[in-house]
Amino acid sequence: MSHHVRVNPIACEAHGMCAELLPERITLDEWGYPIVDETPVHGAELQHARRAAQACPTFALLLERAANEP
Amino acid sequence: MSAAESPTLSAAGGTAPSQGGALPRVLAGVHEGVLDLYKHLDVHGPLPAWHAGRTWRGKAGESPLIEETFRAGVLGRGGAAFPLARKLHAVARARGTAIVIANGTEGEPASQKDRTLLALTPHLVLDGTIAAAEAVGATEAIVAVCELAEDCVRSLELAIAERESAGKAPHEPSLSLATAPGHYVAGQETALVSYLDGGAALPTFTPPRPYERGVARRPTLVSNVETLAQLALVARHGASWYRALGTPASAGSALVTLSGPVASPGVYEIELGASLASLLNAAGGTTAAVRGVLVGGYAGSFVSGARLRDLALSDEHLAAHGARIGAGVVALLSEDACPVAETARLSRWMAGQSSRQCGPCEHGLDAIAEAVADIAHGQARESRLAQLSALVTRRGACGHPDGTAAAVLSAVAVFKDEFDAHARHGLCERCPTPPELPFPRQPVTTETARRRTAGA
Repeated sequence: MSHHVRVNPIACEAHGMCAELLPERITLDEWGYPIVDETPVHGAELQHARRAAQACPTFALLLERAANEP
Repeated sequence: MSAAESPTLSAAGGTAPSQGGALPRVLAGVHEGVLDLYKHLDVHGPLPAWHAGRTWRGKAGESPLIEETFRAGVLGRGGAAFPLARKLHAVARARGTAIVIANGTEGEPASQKDRTLLALTPHLVLDGTIAAAEAVGATEAIVAVCELAEDCVRSLELAIAERESAGKAPHEPSLSLATAPGHYVAGQETALVSYLDGGAALPTFTPPRPYERGVARRPTLVSNVETLAQLALVARHGASWYRALGTPASAGSALVTLSGPVASPGVYEIELGASLASLLNAAGGTTAAVRGVLVGGYAGSFVSGARLRDLALSDEHLAAHGARIGAGVVALLSEDACPVAETARLSRWMAGQSSRQCGPCEHGLDAIAEAVADIAHGQARESRLAQLSALVTRRGACGHPDGTAAAVLSAVAVFKDEFDAHARHGLCERCPTPPELPFPRQPVTTETARRRTAGA
């Protein structure tokens, strides 16, 4: 089972915490909203991703589990 | 424009309604005016009861109508061309009693086909709604229309009343009418579900998709009204009849809204895969040289007028030109129009229709509209649009930013000469000509939708 990072764009208010905590996956666009690399997250990076998701003030950063995967 | 004002309403093709290979199908009988319940039964006959003697409504099995719809290959006509059978199947399988929403909101500015259908042959849509409800085991169905489409509201109120006084069979679902606000994204399926649940008519984050959890948290089938009208015909005549028209990948007929420099613009029923030339012939031919054509809708694609004779109206043919049939819009742009000015209006309107819920859409569509206007005035280059398009695509909760960006990029590609000339020299002599693309007369914004919800 793999995980990936995803943004709920309706909830996101461009606080930008995620880009600071997970710069290897997340950059900000010209308006401050996150551009997210949604490819699977593994190993040590998973912990960083989890921390970034927990730090989002609007709970807009999601660490999702890909279902139906072998 | 109401259906009554719609200059023509006809079928591009044959005339006999009863044969599988002939047109019109969904528009059968409408030449004589509105089909009330008696005329409807006269033209189409009664809706057969697919559920009879079956136990599929317990969800263990599957409605034989879903299987028939799968064989027919009915694709959604709201714009996404999603296979109807797959949607029916997903809703039928989901846990809980399902509900069916017939989506007739038609927020697409260049489309008139849904309101034409609802105004003239409402019972065919109601039949399809009932058939869908029975197929997924729903006890309740709602027909949603734009509140500004008064002729549709009246037509449906009358049609539902006729059915009530005729008496409904015990297995039939309850039918009701709902009016929705008229902004572009109000018809997006999650927005419609949200609105019918008492919320704002704005898209929501997915999952859950409506088929999993929709109105009143029940599995919800949201299907375009033309798609349901087609289902009503599949329920009567079966898959083989349905496939007697169209191509293997795009079976059946479709309604299109033709506008621009043609003798008789309006709503036409075509065979899928028919040439654009045959549609233009049925509409009395073009009345000016055609510079381009917007196919699908405001979130569709422009195709060069030079390709006019090569175009066939099905997704597999249009793919080669980067277009899709979408909501059936075929909007011609004459050589008297300025394509850059037309694109500026389109992009500004689409930006105004953003729900302003998702940052990239809220800021990005404004930036796209501004960039197109800047190019028109000779103050920006096209490269800015490619950059902004990448910034908004796949970054909203719904497809609104994607569709807008794709339409604008197709304009830049197809009208490259005009965009280059504007970027270098600014406004042209054709810029001030009146809009040729159908442009909404009553601009409805998502802000008004929000206020109304708050006040309601």
